[in-house]
Amino acid sequence: MSNEVNPAKAPRWTLWLPLALFLGFVVLVAAGLMHPRDTDIDSQMIGKPLPAFSLRAASDGRDGLSTSDFRQGKPHLLNIFASWCVPCGVEAPVLAQLQRQGAIIDGIAIRDHKADLNAFLAKNGNPYQKIGADDVSAVQLAIGSSGVPETFVIDGKGIIRYQHIGDIRYEEIPMMMQKLKDAES
Amino acid sequence: MLAELGLAILWMAASLAGLQLIAGSFSLTKDGDGLGAIVRPVAIVQGVLVALAFASLIMLFVETDLSVKLVADNSHSAKPLIYKIAGTWGNHEGSMLLWVTVMGLAGGIVAAVERRLPERTMMATLAGQAFVSLGFYAFLLFASNPFQRLSPAPQEGNGLNPLLQDPGLAFHPPTLYLGYVGLSIAFSFAIGALVTREVGPAFARAMRPWVLGAWIFLTLGITAGSYWAYYMLGWGGWWFWDPVENASLMPWLAATALLHSVSVLAARNALRAWTVMLGVVAFSMSMIGTFLVRSGILTSVHAFAVDPRRGGFILALLAINIGAALVLFALRAGTVTEGERFEVTSREASLVFNNVMLSCILGIVLLGTLYPLVTEAMGVKVSVGPPYFTPMSAVFAVPMLVVLAIGPMLRWRHDRFARVRAVLAMPLGVTIVAAVGFALGGVRSPMALLALSLAPGLGVASLLPLRGRHLARAPLSLWGMVVAHVGIAVALFGMGADAAFTQQRLLAASVGQSTQLGPWRITLASIEPVAGPNWTALEADLSASYAGGAPVHLHPQSRTFWAPPQTTSVSALHTVWNGQLYTVLGEETHDASSAATPTGRWQLRLWWKPFVPMIWLGGILVALGGLLAMVSRVRQDLKRRSVRTRSRERKA
Repeated sequence: MSNEVNPAKAPRWTLWLPLALFLGFVVLVAAGLMHPRDTDIDSQMIGKPLPAFSLRAASDGRDGLSTSDFRQGKPHLLNIFASWCVPCGVEAPVLAQLQRQGAIIDGIAIRDHKADLNAFLAKNGNPYQKIGADDVSAVQLAIGSSGVPETFVIDGKGIIRYQHIGDIRYEEIPMMMQKLKDAES
Repeated sequence: MLAELGLAILWMAASLAGLQLIAGSFSLTKDGDGLGAIVRPVAIVQGVLVALAFASLIMLFVETDLSVKLVADNSHSAKPLIYKIAGTWGNHEGSMLLWVTVMGLAGGIVAAVERRLPERTMMATLAGQAFVSLGFYAFLLFASNPFQRLSPAPQEGNGLNPLLQDPGLAFHPPTLYLGYVGLSIAFSFAIGALVTREVGPAFARAMRPWVLGAWIFLTLGITAGSYWAYYMLGWGGWWFWDPVENASLMPWLAATALLHSVSVLAARNALRAWTVMLGVVAFSMSMIGTFLVRSGILTSVHAFAVDPRRGGFILALLAINIGAALVLFALRAGTVTEGERFEVTSREASLVFNNVMLSCILGIVLLGTLYPLVTEAMGVKVSVGPPYFTPMSAVFAVPMLVVLAIGPMLRWRHDRFARVRAVLAMPLGVTIVAAVGFALGGVRSPMALLALSLAPGLGVASLLPLRGRHLARAPLSLWGMVVAHVGIAVALFGMGADAAFTQQRLLAASVGQSTQLGPWRITLASIEPVAGPNWTALEADLSASYAGGAPVHLHPQSRTFWAPPQTTSVSALHTVWNGQLYTVLGEETHDASSAATPTGRWQLRLWWKPFVPMIWLGGILVALGGLLAMVSRVRQDLKRRSVRTRSRERKA
């Protein structure tokens, strides 16, 4: 019969395939073990310039974001966030308050979809001047951020001055405003 | 004293595992026949001894013997008894001891009760089990001794991570471990069968209860873990594609595939090499998962278990165990005689299809989990999250669910699709009606819509195998399949509902303030301090009334532990028939102009999650289905055994 299935009739060499795959895995993780991963990359970037990047627009109505946007002479807040991140929704009113107090806020949306992000901004408000899309967290990791939300204070020359991990709480607003002020000098 | 005794017993158990490996292997050679007689008793004693070693560690934790380093690091005299006991496995060394204990006990039970397989296969199986155990014994004794003393003994212990001080979590790890390690028996059976080339229905029947049992525990463990993350982490999410979650999902996927292919092998004597392969893969996934979690090679929320120095040891163990099994597979699988044939339209073929889909999802999850490691080797750091995992696994899950609906209706060996077409019109109709209904009802997310419309059709289709049968007389194993498949549909509906219907409100409320959330009217009645055995907390009294009905009270807390000092929020949930109200108390908000002035307003996070408990209800149903199947299989086996004994007696 032509349409009979016989899974045992595979060529002999295929039987070695699982072993080959497994050995690949072993080599990979052995290499990973030998070069222990740098998990404490948090604050090493402080005092250093932003890495060069140019991200496409992540949402409708806001331009994409690139390194040159941060070299215009005024300090910015750079908020790393995502529509799928629940704490980011909690943080939104705090960012709005910061914006009312005069902070310039740019965003990088991590692994996000345009439609989801538009919905997120429509619901939580949009305090951002520009929002860049970082689809594989490449920029996020390059600037030393390991999660969402995180917020960086960038001075007018594009130098990272401060990193805040986790959502900004209401009581931290004065502190963040002070950091922005410090970055002006 | 007890610590030294425990260590000595552990050494004895390890030596017996060595003896079991040597005697078992020699009994397979021409002049080693006599040695075979000691293998089973040795396996049993080894199991008993390692269980005693584990019991002594539990005793040390119960007594809070602070001269033992592990106790001092992980326990505290003021901890409630249940968390003292749970503290035994809430750390690396203790959980590895639990791991070898389960392996030893499982090996002992197999040695004691399994009499159906040819003795040579059994010897090879028990030797294989001892081989794997020995590696873990060595790991314990040389790199993670749980009984190590600490001198001088400290006045007080460090306590247990507060996140782990929760009844759900006390039993979550042992449940998962029973699953992970239960699969080691399937692995050893696969080794035994490869060595002796005895792959057939008897092998499948011997293996099946172990696979089923391990799979039930894995299902329960994953379900419990997901629920724990849901209510404990306080963000209302139920699955995060965290490396540790993936580590438990991968063995489950492999075990699910194995479970189905073992049934084909038992019933039809087909899929021989494939079943053996899955037997090796399932336990390999348990070991790889444990390695990924413990070595610290991937960053994860379960960081309490990480120690990079141990990574090398576990990796060597993995390479030896899995590598040896795969070499054996490559050498022998070609000589395993061909199984029975079947056609493309048959129950076997649908099971093969689903096995392939499960394996693909397994591959997707493994790839996503390892991807950051791959790109890092090339110098690029990335992280992989839900936007990859969810759609990529759906690509394979959706065809699998469709075939899951059709497969059980097909006959073994060969069938015509035309025969079942008419019956399948009903689930198809239900799916279309649900899809149109939910789309018109405003469900926009394509994934949610897919889940919400597939689930009802799948639920109906899962019941179809019972059609035309006398329900009380339908075999228990059939009921098992039906219940498990319905469970998948129920869980799928919960997942879709969570994505589509969840409503949330985040607000800073003062006492007495009310808010509306979906059908709920919620009032913050008061905020009061409360105290527990090793924590203090601020507790909100939330009065919630559903659609104007009598109010219920929820008490979310913001809890501060004092050993170790840490603040966690304890959510409060209220479940009604059509969903769950989820409340979290945050901190008191502060005035924007002056951080020192409290405003008397409290952050509240409120969610109304329609039908979301169906996710875990579904998980429980799946496990219950497994249990029914297992009871039915074990009962059949016992019946067969008593028939055999009687016929033997008659001959004698």
